[in-house]
Amino acid sequence: MTGSSSVPARRKKKITVGRVLFLFFAMTVLLTFAALFLFPTVFTVTNSFMSTTEITANYGKIFTGLGVAGSGGRVFIGEQVNLQLIPNKVSFSQYATVLLTSPDYLLKFWNSVIYVLPIVLFQLMVAAGASYAFARVHTKFRGIVFFAYIILMLMPYQVTLVPNYLVIDKLNLMNTRWAIILPGIFSPFSVFILTKFMRRIPSSVTEAAKLDGAGEHQIFFRIFLPLCQSVLYSVAILVFLDYWNMVEQPLILLTDEELYPLSVFLSKINQGDTGIALAIAVIYMVPPVLLFLYSEDYLIDGISYSASVKG
Amino acid sequence: MSRKTKTNPAEEEARPRGKKRRFGLSRRERAERFATSFYMFPSLAGVLTFFILPFFVVIYYSLIDDTSSGIFVGIDNFTRLFENSAFKLALRNTGLFSVTAVPLVVVLALALAVLLDANVPYKSTFRTIFLSPMIVPAASVILIWQVLFDFNGVVNSAISFFGGDPVEWLKSDYGYLVVVMLFLWKNIGYNMIMFMSALSNIPRDIIEVAMLDGCGPVRRFFSIKLRYLSSTISFVTIMSLINSFKVFREVYLLTGDYPFETMYTLQHFMNNTFANYEYQKLSSAAVVLCLIMIVIIGLLLFIDDRAGRGLDE
Repeated sequence: MTGSSSVPARRKKKITVGRVLFLFFAMTVLLTFAALFLFPTVFTVTNSFMSTTEITANYGKIFTGLGVAGSGGRVFIGEQVNLQLIPNKVSFSQYATVLLTSPDYLLKFWNSVIYVLPIVLFQLMVAAGASYAFARVHTKFRGIVFFAYIILMLMPYQVTLVPNYLVIDKLNLMNTRWAIILPGIFSPFSVFILTKFMRRIPSSVTEAAKLDGAGEHQIFFRIFLPLCQSVLYSVAILVFLDYWNMVEQPLILLTDEELYPLSVFLSKINQGDTGIALAIAVIYMVPPVLLFLYSEDYLIDGISYSASVKG
Repeated sequence: MSRKTKTNPAEEEARPRGKKRRFGLSRRERAERFATSFYMFPSLAGVLTFFILPFFVVIYYSLIDDTSSGIFVGIDNFTRLFENSAFKLALRNTGLFSVTAVPLVVVLALALAVLLDANVPYKSTFRTIFLSPMIVPAASVILIWQVLFDFNGVVNSAISFFGGDPVEWLKSDYGYLVVVMLFLWKNIGYNMIMFMSALSNIPRDIIEVAMLDGCGPVRRFFSIKLRYLSSTISFVTIMSLINSFKVFREVYLLTGDYPFETMYTLQHFMNNTFANYEYQKLSSAAVVLCLIMIVIIGLLLFIDDRAGRGLDE
């Protein structure tokens, strides 16, 4: 979509002084931003390969200062923190600790998986059906419902978590995995994108199928779902990223820290053991990064589909 | 948006003559409605159960004095809410944040999208890099922000290297700046992709006609492209606004439950109210926020509608 930027119709590109100046300016800006954007990530990854002694030597002042709460104010050390991008000695000791000796972190990682996978799967199933109903048949009622979905999608957590909380409480699901999973399944975001996509499927396609004797189920399973395959994948990635990062819901709907996903739990280890926190942070970004590397185009398409309220 | 059931020549023909139409619909149309309504059912049931119906309960709770007695007190809860200093602080902080950070993220994302749209080398690499914060969980890099902005942190050593005075970034009014930076870092990529897709959807012939007429790149941007982007701009603004309400995430990860005053967001207020089971306060806060959001979204959609006029499609 964005790939075909060089239009053949454009006549021989003159290399003017203006163009060179522009390119110089553009590259400067872009490179500066790129460096700023990459820095935190690169830094996290490289530093996770430092041994504990190296980390303490470099950043000990910050994190011991944070950890000792009762020490009455901050100890001002003249020495500054030492920012080091590349470890002196590459060490896998942090990873070894995380993976082998302290199962607690892996448990939280598993918690994240257990929340996110069912949410992605069932949200897509539920949303695909709803979108089919919205896209195939227009009635006043469905128009109103779809509008309600958009409004709901645009509401911040501070609003939607309150009704969620009331229901979860009534159903006695507070502090269980269902408290996170059930509201997640019915999030209207994917309905919004899928409906917009399905509305673009020309009605001639369904008419032709009907003339050939296809029923609603066949039209849905044999025509709509296959046509939506790529957008379903795009939406799946967006939903995955959203819930992999969740913080608000677990904090309110779960009280037991054992049930916390890693996205919340990480803030708790940060203060204790920096090296381990770095390693677990890197492990935590592996699934989304892998997903991204294999399907960047889908992600970009997904974002592009969502780019306007109108159909 | 085409109304498929209404204008459908194939169906008009297919309908057998002489059969009575009930409610002005053919049997076929009714069958279609009936069958597809089953597809809608799971989603609608879930949304009603978890969001819409309980929201009416929230409205009800916001109007009574206690969940057990249920005495109707009118707007008392709301007046008390607006007297609550924590709520006022949270609302002010969040509002201030949205008002400054949202335009900033929209303008920066648009600027980067325009730069990338102008045939620069390594376009897709840059796109990937700008998108990367979206993929990297905020929780993963929060440690680095602490290293950067701690009192003994990297930014302060740079400042004192140049002879300035170090700043308590996370425990002063500057904390706000740190959060804005985090927000920008996290959200620019997503918005930029939306702008890039909108830019590539602008009809090429219009741009080329303008170029033939000797219209320079700056003028092309302001008089043509910006008009085509107007609906994307309003949508990106809405999305960024919603994401600005999520900035609590970063603040929480950075500073925990009790941040410095300028970083106390609405979500902090909600969390504390949840923890104390103060249903009335909570409900009235949710209702107030919901109203504020509806007004803002309505306003943006109205502006969008106005600005988008005159373009075909």
